[in-house]
Amino acid sequence: MKYDTVVIGGGPAGLAAAIKASDSGASVLLIEREARLGGILKQCVHDGFGVVRFGEKLSGPEYADRFIKELKRTNVQVSLLSFVTRTQKSQNGYEITYVCRDGVKTVDCRSVVLATGCRERTRNGICVHGDRCAGVYTAGAAQNLVNVLGVMPGKRVVVLGSGDIGLIMARRLTLEGAKVAGVYEAKSVPSGLTRNIHQCLKDFDIPLYLSKTVTRVFGTSRLERVEISDVDEKMHPIAGTEQLVDCDCLVLAVGLIPENEIAREMSVPLDPKTKGAYVDQNCQTKEDGIYACGNALHVNDLVDYVSESGETAGVHSAGPVCKRDLKPIKTDGKLLYVVPQMLDVNSDVSKVVMYFRASEELSAQKLTVSAGGQTIFTKTYNKLLPPEMERIVVDFGKATTDGITVRLEDK
Amino acid sequence: MEMVCIVCPNSCRMTVERTDEKVTVVGNKCKRGESFAVNELTNPMRSVTTCVKTTVVGYPVVSVKTDGEIPKSKIFEFMSLCDGIVIDKPLPIGSVLVDDLFGTGVKLVTTTEMEDTNE
Repeated sequence: MKYDTVVIGGGPAGLAAAIKASDSGASVLLIEREARLGGILKQCVHDGFGVVRFGEKLSGPEYADRFIKELKRTNVQVSLLSFVTRTQKSQNGYEITYVCRDGVKTVDCRSVVLATGCRERTRNGICVHGDRCAGVYTAGAAQNLVNVLGVMPGKRVVVLGSGDIGLIMARRLTLEGAKVAGVYEAKSVPSGLTRNIHQCLKDFDIPLYLSKTVTRVFGTSRLERVEISDVDEKMHPIAGTEQLVDCDCLVLAVGLIPENEIAREMSVPLDPKTKGAYVDQNCQTKEDGIYACGNALHVNDLVDYVSESGETAGVHSAGPVCKRDLKPIKTDGKLLYVVPQMLDVNSDVSKVVMYFRASEELSAQKLTVSAGGQTIFTKTYNKLLPPEMERIVVDFGKATTDGITVRLEDK
Repeated sequence: MEMVCIVCPNSCRMTVERTDEKVTVVGNKCKRGESFAVNELTNPMRSVTTCVKTTVVGYPVVSVKTDGEIPKSKIFEFMSLCDGIVIDKPLPIGSVLVDDLFGTGVKLVTTTEMEDTNE
């Protein structure tokens, strides 16, 4: 079989990409490894999704449903329970091999959209020592148990990580009858939205402990207790501060990492700062015809922006492969990262959507985008926090596009 | 007293004072903050999302929400009520499971489209 575009991943980014690619005239195959579309949204039953896009607070499954219904209107071919096992270059594009219920299949395509989402950091990723007992879950695994499978992961729970996912899981498990002994955070300030600290923790009298982390777990077959230690300002545990907390479940909400196995297999260069591919303003990676979007590109905090980058990738993946002229976008000052990292000056540069994060908590900042020594965009911010991604739209239309720099500095 | 508005992600930090019948609010970026503060002092309300059991193949539980706010004091009573519900056939998204929660007129509705699969 031959398609114009193959989209890998049926979460919010992949759904948006497939719809837009199809609407732009491409024949599209969407490959999803699970039995249903929607990705992680299926298990995010809490509300707050879609405020930017739809102006209302939807639950995760409701947000996904709007795109799934939209997809059904198109001619996109969907292959569920399908897993991509090999991707390689072919004469006129790419060859994708995947395993599905009908066996092993290979399709040809002109462009590929990587919408593979992200993975959670695990116990090994943060070096928690101790017994290899049951009862240690990532927040997403615990969420899947409760919200999709209807199974409780434990009765007495310790949550590590005060990002929104950790806070929401603390509330969810409390509602379902578990006792949450506390939410622990290695940083000295909570990572999640203040609103979630209030409606998830304070509403249910769940204690929040800052500058503390889990350093060891104990349990013969099932988790019995965890060791909590104070940490210094570099987040290193301080010897002698250990205390034991009884629990049968540890929920780890300690960060997300873009999933880019396929990108690596296809030799797509990755940005060490975002852990996703380097892309231009059209979400095209350094490899012609390979696009990346959503959380595979960089970890977003709002699904609305995941859909936005999916749509960008979708629209452009449908077009013919054109010769690009890529100019790097450099970052300067207190920026954690900027996406896109390149500008294709052969394509439209008048409405370039850029996402960035500050490298630390900052107040009174000025962001400047310059090209060829000329300032073409500025914006001031009273407050910037690394967990909150910012979005700007820049017009590079009249500027010379050599030496593009994005700079964040004190106002 | 200090209060954080939970209406939207802005999380406005507000100073709320109550003198006899009047409530004054400072620090809110929009007027929703004021009504939130007044409610919070008199009758705090929350929307709640959770899941209910089903006997439908492929759906051990299905996600639900209150389509408006219910009294915060009723949250655990609401959870027990949800515990007693069992869905026995595939329902489209937005199906009403309970018409009127605690006399508020707020409904309990499903938030997942249940597809009829024969797997």
